[in-house]
Amino acid sequence: MTQIISLIQAAVVFGTVILFGAVGEILAEKSGNLNLGVPGIMYLGGIAGLIGAFLYEGNAANPIPFVSLLITLAAAFVVAMLGGLIYAVLTITLRANQNVTGLTLTIFGGGVANLFGGTLNKMAGGVGQISVALTSTAFRTTIPGLSDLGAIGKIFFSYGFMVYLAIFLAFLVSWVINKTSVGLNLRAVGENPATADAAGISVTKYKYLATCIGAGISGLGGLYYTIDYIKGTWSTDGSIEKLGWLAVALVIFATWKPRRAIWGSYLFGALFWLFFYIPGLTRSSQEIFKMLPYLATLFVLIMGALRKKREDQPPHSLGIAYFREER
Amino acid sequence: MRKIKAVHHEPFVRMSKRDGVPLWKSLGIRLIGLTLALIVCAVIIYALTQLNPLRVYVAMFKGAFGTNKRIWVTIRDIVMLLCIAVGLAPAFKMRFWNIGAEGQVLVGGIASAACMIYLGKTMPTLPLLVIMFVLSLIAGGIWGTIPAVFKARWNANETLFTLMMNYIAIQLTSFFVAKWENPFGSNTVGIINTTSKAGWFPPVFGQMYTLNVIIVLIVAVLMYLYLRYSKQGYEIAVVGESENTARYAAINVKGVVIRTMAISGAICGIAGFIAVAGASHTISTSTAGGQGFTAIIVAWLARFNTFIMIAISTLLVFLEKGAVEIASQFDLNDFVSEMITGIILFFILGSEFFINYKVRFRVGKKGAGK
Repeated sequence: MTQIISLIQAAVVFGTVILFGAVGEILAEKSGNLNLGVPGIMYLGGIAGLIGAFLYEGNAANPIPFVSLLITLAAAFVVAMLGGLIYAVLTITLRANQNVTGLTLTIFGGGVANLFGGTLNKMAGGVGQISVALTSTAFRTTIPGLSDLGAIGKIFFSYGFMVYLAIFLAFLVSWVINKTSVGLNLRAVGENPATADAAGISVTKYKYLATCIGAGISGLGGLYYTIDYIKGTWSTDGSIEKLGWLAVALVIFATWKPRRAIWGSYLFGALFWLFFYIPGLTRSSQEIFKMLPYLATLFVLIMGALRKKREDQPPHSLGIAYFREER
Repeated sequence: MRKIKAVHHEPFVRMSKRDGVPLWKSLGIRLIGLTLALIVCAVIIYALTQLNPLRVYVAMFKGAFGTNKRIWVTIRDIVMLLCIAVGLAPAFKMRFWNIGAEGQVLVGGIASAACMIYLGKTMPTLPLLVIMFVLSLIAGGIWGTIPAVFKARWNANETLFTLMMNYIAIQLTSFFVAKWENPFGSNTVGIINTTSKAGWFPPVFGQMYTLNVIIVLIVAVLMYLYLRYSKQGYEIAVVGESENTARYAAINVKGVVIRTMAISGAICGIAGFIAVAGASHTISTSTAGGQGFTAIIVAWLARFNTFIMIAISTLLVFLEKGAVEIASQFDLNDFVSEMITGIILFFILGSEFFINYKVRFRVGKKGAGK
């Protein structure tokens, strides 16, 4: 029983990182932008939040946890949005190829984040020495009372607030996409920009906003990873990049539906950590188990292609730049 | 008349597609982009280190080409990147987004390493190298064919499919690394056959990496000829331009897609063979080292032209080597190279726009145009 609870907890915490990434990416992809820069954006969000917390805690005379929390969130969101903006300018205005631009953004984001992360480690006096205890504690505070309710408390209430923020954002994005006129326009842009343009929707504006806001949300995943998941440290082992690609995989797995991404992300988390709870595995067979999230994604991708259900398909213009004068 | 406001303003900027652009102009635009990128990087380097950026660039040059050994390591890395980019070219020309080079390189590398470990003691180097070559080629080819089959038969999105195949290959590599680890518990394979050097590229003309260069150049030339002058190369171009046209011309589109991806994957597999047998003599998840992704950018920017691919590969490897050097000299970390690479690629990508499109700004005062 305790094992199952601990697997669920591991799955939820792990899933939250990629849920942020995936929800942001769904928003961008709905506008037709296949942003393969998610790992880079998550890197940018993570390092910006960490630097924000580090500078505030180091320089303020009496750091207040709540202020620090806001600074951290804002820093991560804004810097991640700037990353998205680079992508948006290149692909939307300058019509550069989306795949290539996204991959470049991933290289760039990883480079910037690890460069500053390494410098931060050095300033703090070594790897693992960065102390943003105050902020990290603020992020990890659980709801008092509820987390003590035995198994239920552990499964549902033993997390920092960002776990719930991720779920809230998934519902919010789902609502915006499916239930509002803004969402209708956004989907039109992603499905057929020429038609949307003819109907008077500003394709450029929608693509820019969806990509940048989406990037901001994805960046929060990196923030959650650095401040909560690894408790406010920085390691240059490339783990955020792996998580970023998992987030891209999750978008496919969820067939571009934010609400499906919620349970999908926890499923990915459970699949990823499953090896830890199966007794008698050798180190090599553990690695085979870690393939499961990717295999599950491939399975969904193949099923989607086989069944050809219209609501499970990628946005029709995904990956293609729009130029009004081109037919 | 004057009171009627002009409803249709001339927009502030107008863009139109260019029909074609003379070579000098496109090169010039790229050069401007590159120069701007270097200036931006210089500003950032100055902000970070307070060092004269020119000195930093000189240090970078020394890092890449400073000694004879460094030159050869730089060349080794250039041909590796080139090999993957050459492998990607036919797929991209067909408009098939093969993002899976990383995985195809890795499975090729696994095949080579397996041969070195299991067959190393049984046969002399030459037949061993031939077997390694063939098996790596087949492994990469299979890894490339799987997504192609699903694309051709059921139209599964190839970008996402090949991306997933990368991570399956990475986990597969981790699996074999844990299986073959040496010494036990280190979680690395270590240098394979350190003493016997079985399955290592033999030095040619006294240089360790001559064979790498020779193999890649042969592959590159063959690919150039294949795409330019063969019937199959022409089929690839037609499928890439328009699948409907290809079908109308009685080209077996599905067959072309699968065949081309088998070739593309196979060449990436060869790159894995070279990486293991000709460079690192070991296998790890970083055997491909992100080069599979970088090569995508190389192949795309070069528009499948082999010579431009060499130029771009050289630039990127130079940046990487140089940045590692300045990192150690000026006490930064290596990741500065990724940042600089990113910035330069952003500018090159941006400059593509000005090659393909003409931009005209509105002249005169607002509303003057009729």
